[in-house]
Amino acid sequence: MLVSNIEIIPGKKITKHLGMVQGNTVRTKHAGRDLMAGLKNIFGGELVGYTELLQEAREEATERMVSQAEAIGANAVINVRYSTSSVTAGAAELFAYGTAVILD
Amino acid sequence: MYDLIIFLTLMALGYIFGRIAEARHFKSIMDREKQYQHILTFSERFPPSGVSRVNSELVGGNVVISVDYFKRIVAGLRGIVGGQLTSYESLLERARREAILRMKETAKNMGANMVVNVKLETASISKGKKQQVGSVEVYAYGTALIPKTP
Repeated sequence: MLVSNIEIIPGKKITKHLGMVQGNTVRTKHAGRDLMAGLKNIFGGELVGYTELLQEAREEATERMVSQAEAIGANAVINVRYSTSSVTAGAAELFAYGTAVILD
Repeated sequence: MYDLIIFLTLMALGYIFGRIAEARHFKSIMDREKQYQHILTFSERFPPSGVSRVNSELVGGNVVISVDYFKRIVAGLRGIVGGQLTSYESLLERARREAILRMKETAKNMGANMVVNVKLETASISKGKKQQVGSVEVYAYGTALIPKTP
């Protein structure tokens, strides 16, 4: 499965468009991570726990999008976009969407 | 009285450690920017003309950075009179440059020589007391073009 955020893949031809596919996940932090983040809020600096959490969540969203694309018989997802929104305090939604296509 | 002492201690800790951390971070960003300079990044939607025979792969890098206590208080004070919030400016600048660097690092490990259609996304993740934004997340993503070996 080819995942890309450009619309035209160099050297390949789109034979069929299959429409939009999407994947999302809502994640929240656990107490331990929250405590560390509280400390970092005083000293400043990178919140490694959060970085990892969001990266995992984004991979999960991408995976769901890819499995949806596989289900409809695509072999590539192009023009992929990511979006984040905070649902409640301490939780974030990660959303990935793109166009499922069949590439030559 | 105790509250005041705690407050002043937090201010001092935030000022000292925040300053050291920021200076160190900027230095490391500049070093790595030089190191990854040969990987070109484009915000254009299409690869530069003449590029073919490549494999493409989605790459990304993210970072969550928090502002220190001192700067948050200063920003709060600045909110009264209005104007430029330098403390948050430097926070966002650091986060963006770091995210782009991490993306480039991933691209480099894949053997890519350029990344096209780079998008940056910013989100405020945790909100501290009184709904003050404490930390930002920046995610940079793009399509890495990896030359095919004949």
